[in-house]
Amino acid sequence: MASIPMEQGLLLAGVLFVIGLTGVLVRRNIIFVLLSLEVMLNAAGLAFIVAGYRWGQPDGQVLFLFILTMAAAEVSVGLALVLQLHRLFKTLDVDAADRMRG
Amino acid sequence: MILTWLIVEVFAGGILAWISGRWGRLWPRVISLLTLSVHMVILIVLWVHYFGPMSATPHSPFVIETTHSWIPQLGISYHLAMDGLSMLLIMLTNFLGIMAVACSWNAIQERVGFFHFNLLWIVAAIMGVFLAIDLFLFYFFWELMLVPLYFLIGFWGYENRTYASIKFFIFTQAGGLLMLVAILGLFFVHGNATGVYTFNYNELLGTPMSESTARWLMLGFFAAFAVKLPVVPLHTWLPDAHTQAPTAGSVALAGLVLKVGAYGMIRFLVPLFPEAALDFSNVAMGLAVAGILYGAVLAFAQTDIKRLVAYTSISHMGFVLLGIFAWNELALEGAVMIMLAHAITTGALFILVGDLNDRIHTRDMGRMGGLWQTAPRMGGVALFFAVASLGLPGLGNFVGEFLVVLGTYQANTTMAVLATLGLIVSVVYSLWMIQVAFLGPNHLGWKLPDMKLREGAIMATMIAVIVWFGLFPQSILATARQSITNLQQIVATTRPEEKTQAPVDAPNVVLPDEWEGP
Amino acid sequence: MLHLLFLVPVLPFCGFVVLALFGRWLDRRQVAAIGVGSIGLSALFALLVGFDFVIAPPEGDAFSQSLWTWINVGGFTPHIAFYLDSLSVIMILVVTVVGFLIHVYSAEYMEDEPDGYARFFACMNLFVGSMLTLVLADNLLLLYLGWEGVGLCSYLLIGFWYTDPANGRAARKAFTVTRVGDTALLVGLLLLFTKLGTLQIQPLMQLASEHWVVGSSITVAAAGLLLGGALGKSAQLPLQTWLPDAMAGPTPVSALIHAATMVTAGVYLIARMNVLFTLSPVIQTTVAAVGAGTLILAGFSALTQRDIKRVLAYSTISQIGYMFLAVGVGAWSAAMFHFMTHAFFKALLFMGAGVVIVGLHHEQDMFKMGGLRKQTPLVFWTFVAGSLSLAALPLVTAGFYSKDAILAGAWASDAGGRWLWAAGLCGALLTSLYTFRMVFLTFFGEERTPYHLKPGVRLLLPLVVLAFLSIVAGFLDLPRTLGNQPWFSDFMHTSLPETKEIAGSTERNLQIVASLVSIGGILAAYYVFLREPGLVRRLVITPLGAAVHRFWFVGWGFDWAYDNLIVGTYVWVARANRADVFDLPIRAIALINQAGHIVLSRTETGRLRWYATSVAFGAIVAVGIVVFVT
Repeated sequence: MASIPMEQGLLLAGVLFVIGLTGVLVRRNIIFVLLSLEVMLNAAGLAFIVAGYRWGQPDGQVLFLFILTMAAAEVSVGLALVLQLHRLFKTLDVDAADRMRG
Repeated sequence: MILTWLIVEVFAGGILAWISGRWGRLWPRVISLLTLSVHMVILIVLWVHYFGPMSATPHSPFVIETTHSWIPQLGISYHLAMDGLSMLLIMLTNFLGIMAVACSWNAIQERVGFFHFNLLWIVAAIMGVFLAIDLFLFYFFWELMLVPLYFLIGFWGYENRTYASIKFFIFTQAGGLLMLVAILGLFFVHGNATGVYTFNYNELLGTPMSESTARWLMLGFFAAFAVKLPVVPLHTWLPDAHTQAPTAGSVALAGLVLKVGAYGMIRFLVPLFPEAALDFSNVAMGLAVAGILYGAVLAFAQTDIKRLVAYTSISHMGFVLLGIFAWNELALEGAVMIMLAHAITTGALFILVGDLNDRIHTRDMGRMGGLWQTAPRMGGVALFFAVASLGLPGLGNFVGEFLVVLGTYQANTTMAVLATLGLIVSVVYSLWMIQVAFLGPNHLGWKLPDMKLREGAIMATMIAVIVWFGLFPQSILATARQSITNLQQIVATTRPEEKTQAPVDAPNVVLPDEWEGP
Repeated sequence: MLHLLFLVPVLPFCGFVVLALFGRWLDRRQVAAIGVGSIGLSALFALLVGFDFVIAPPEGDAFSQSLWTWINVGGFTPHIAFYLDSLSVIMILVVTVVGFLIHVYSAEYMEDEPDGYARFFACMNLFVGSMLTLVLADNLLLLYLGWEGVGLCSYLLIGFWYTDPANGRAARKAFTVTRVGDTALLVGLLLLFTKLGTLQIQPLMQLASEHWVVGSSITVAAAGLLLGGALGKSAQLPLQTWLPDAMAGPTPVSALIHAATMVTAGVYLIARMNVLFTLSPVIQTTVAAVGAGTLILAGFSALTQRDIKRVLAYSTISQIGYMFLAVGVGAWSAAMFHFMTHAFFKALLFMGAGVVIVGLHHEQDMFKMGGLRKQTPLVFWTFVAGSLSLAALPLVTAGFYSKDAILAGAWASDAGGRWLWAAGLCGALLTSLYTFRMVFLTFFGEERTPYHLKPGVRLLLPLVVLAFLSIVAGFLDLPRTLGNQPWFSDFMHTSLPETKEIAGSTERNLQIVASLVSIGGILAAYYVFLREPGLVRRLVITPLGAAVHRFWFVGWGFDWAYDNLIVGTYVWVARANRADVFDLPIRAIALINQAGHIVLSRTETGRLRWYATSVAFGAIVAVGIVVFVT
């Protein structure tokens, strides 16, 4: 199996990360924000895997497992927040929740 | 032991007054008055014992001293000591404390217990400042004094009290922190030089250090004391704080807090850094003269009578600064005399203005006028303290001001001559205040109750003290003499050439002690 | 007897304390009894002490009495101590006796005051006590106490009718202007103590004459500073502006403080410190020149006033100018002699004017008076006696002898004596003119305002006594040409230096000239103001005449200059800086903090996406810095 060059892997991770970040920044629906966050996390995970492969070390995969578990926890908390947000503001627009403005 | 008791009694009285506030409004007043009266009796006994005509000249600089180890690892000890200077200032503190309680008798009706707690803690902390000889302890009391004063202004003050109390706190705190830095600097400089790390004043005296170190450390102390005194560019907290504070707070500020700055300079600043202070003395005297004139001009411009009195403080404390940096016996005795006399005159003026405010509910001089007609006793008392504050001979302030300018004349003629201009401008504002408030037509038709028995008693006491200061100042001057001589000796041993001695450049003239005609 | 000396100043102080503390509980009779009684007793003791002093002069012709040590610091040891020599004997006698007469007069004069009867007597007693302290002080600091004390009383009494702001203004002006002089005096004290090590007057004089060279700069400085004090208190150029305004006070006050006693304190000071002034001839000549200038300027101003009290005020300035002239030329005893006679006749004139003013319902404008000769004959005759003395009618009045002594002294002076004499003579002419202008306008001509007062004995008795003294006091010091009985001068010379003698024939010629001028002035006044009043009226309407009249009327524009240059500037600066310029940086710091607070709190939008953007942007910047910069 021909190995994928590291540059391409990192590029993909970077592209994914930027797509996710863009999603976080431009989407107002909180569900999409959460989805974009997941994309970003996975992009980071991909970068770890590529790096681990490059150095022949298992650390990258270990970290990806951590990210997976953390993402699961994050989604559960995040979805709970989404429910609360919907209950309070009757909307999923994240900009509606700006009560902590200065 | 007695020194600890002197402080603890007042602290304890304060706590008791707070607790007793639950039982009724009268309790805290009575407890405070009793505490301070007992304290006064003790002080008078001590004064007569140690400084009366029968007492022997003490051998050590301090007549009473108490030392306990506190934090030995850092060279911090609980070290109190009293000499003539602190004796006088503590008696003054106590006296004004009594006056402050008495003048708040009817004026304060809210949170009476907490009020008296704050008042007594201010008094106690200031006594601590006057007694502490360990620099760390000194700083401790110095900061302790601020908090109750902040509460006093912030809770019981006038309409703009929040602004004033925060301004006061920030100013004094900033100055205090600079002093803390300087204290720590001195601690390390001394430790590095001698291997002994200590906050003990007696050991820190004469610490060898380079010229620039001394200058910076001296400026650190000066910052704190100059804010309190206040010295002119740093004075702007004072008019606001004095004006917005309740009467008792103004009395404490003008009478006591300002004196703390002057005391600090006499006790710590000049003796700890004699040469730096000598180099700095021309600048300090210039600031002093600027303060004398600037305070007087601004006092004249005010429309708020309390603010006017506040600005006069700046003017008078300029004389104190002048006397301290002239640093000869005449000037120092004069400075001590002004501290005492100014505390009482200005305190009395604040009490009087407070009484007036209780009656007409304004401090605006535009809404006064002709009050002599309806309240002649108040007018008479106001006139008395106004002429006392403009330095009428025969009253306490004159003795102080004359000795200061006389001493300063020998140290720096130009400054002394400029300072005497302050005597002219003080006439302008004092008489203006009397004119606008009490004389002229009563165009608003005020009908006021004249001075009551309690108010009259307060004023009569203060008048008696000022007259006593003016006609028999020797009892005060003699008490302060020994400590001033000691401090001068400390400084003289360090300064290479002592220029403050031998003021008379006439040929050696032997005067007969009692001159009996030509 | 001399040991009772301390009672002389202490009794008036006691009167003050009693009246100040308990005045409001006493009725008028008791107030008057205490107020007048304390001065009466003081005068009695002064007479006893003075009598004793003259009969049996103490050793060294001086007596001193120390009560207690006032201050004892660093070699500075002023005592509360009194010093009595012939100079202070005369001073305390005049102060207490004239003071007593004026107190008697005031007891009736002030009786109609609705309130403040006790306040009035309290202040008057305080004044007499302070004045006696001033003249008896053994050291300059105690003298300064009295000096400021009389200034305070002057302030209190000028502003006695406090409801009128104009009176308050006059009172403050008096205090402030004299305080300018006082401050010079204070600096003089500082200088003297620093250089000579004591403020006790007699040792000070001795040390000064031993250690200081005549004409050295130090003597000029010391004498000049003392002169500054004297100028302020004695209302001499350029600090004379307060005295005419001081007439806002009740008339007895004007009589006592602003004519007879306090304003002569400057003359006393110079006489007391005569050694110092002799040591600096420049300053002594200045004193004479100031006196000469003042007496002429004030004379012209007196000539144009309408208010009878202002005429007397300018006259006082002018007569004190004579005293300054006298001390300036070294005619020390003549100065004290003129002080004494002036105290008698000027107090008399003021009190006479007071009766007239009250009788005309507080009308002070002389052009609305007239014809009072018939209604109040006793007041008229005493007033004329005083006026003749003031105008120095030859041979029979006290004023003639004292003024003559001064003119003779001026003639004898080395420093421009002829000029000074001419100035004095010119002043004498002016004195006769304005004095009799006043007499003719007030007491002659037709009645313009109805007169109603029937003065009681307490008003009239002092007038009679003082009229008597204004005439006979001159015989205490007869010059060589007229009897040669210089009892007063001899007495004075036990404490003051001798006056330079001039030849007898010259003196006689001078006296004749002065007599002619005096009588000529009175006759001219009669002609110009009573016979042909139109003459002056025509002169005053011409443009030049009107301008000059106006200029003299306002006292040569000094007030205008001071108000605009000094007072105006001071008030403007004070008002402009009311908000305190040093508070601005402090407020600026607070404002910057507040502005920062506002800006930064704007960034806290509460929007999640904004925060995420900030984080992303921050991360990019941070990574960029790491990558590209390091």
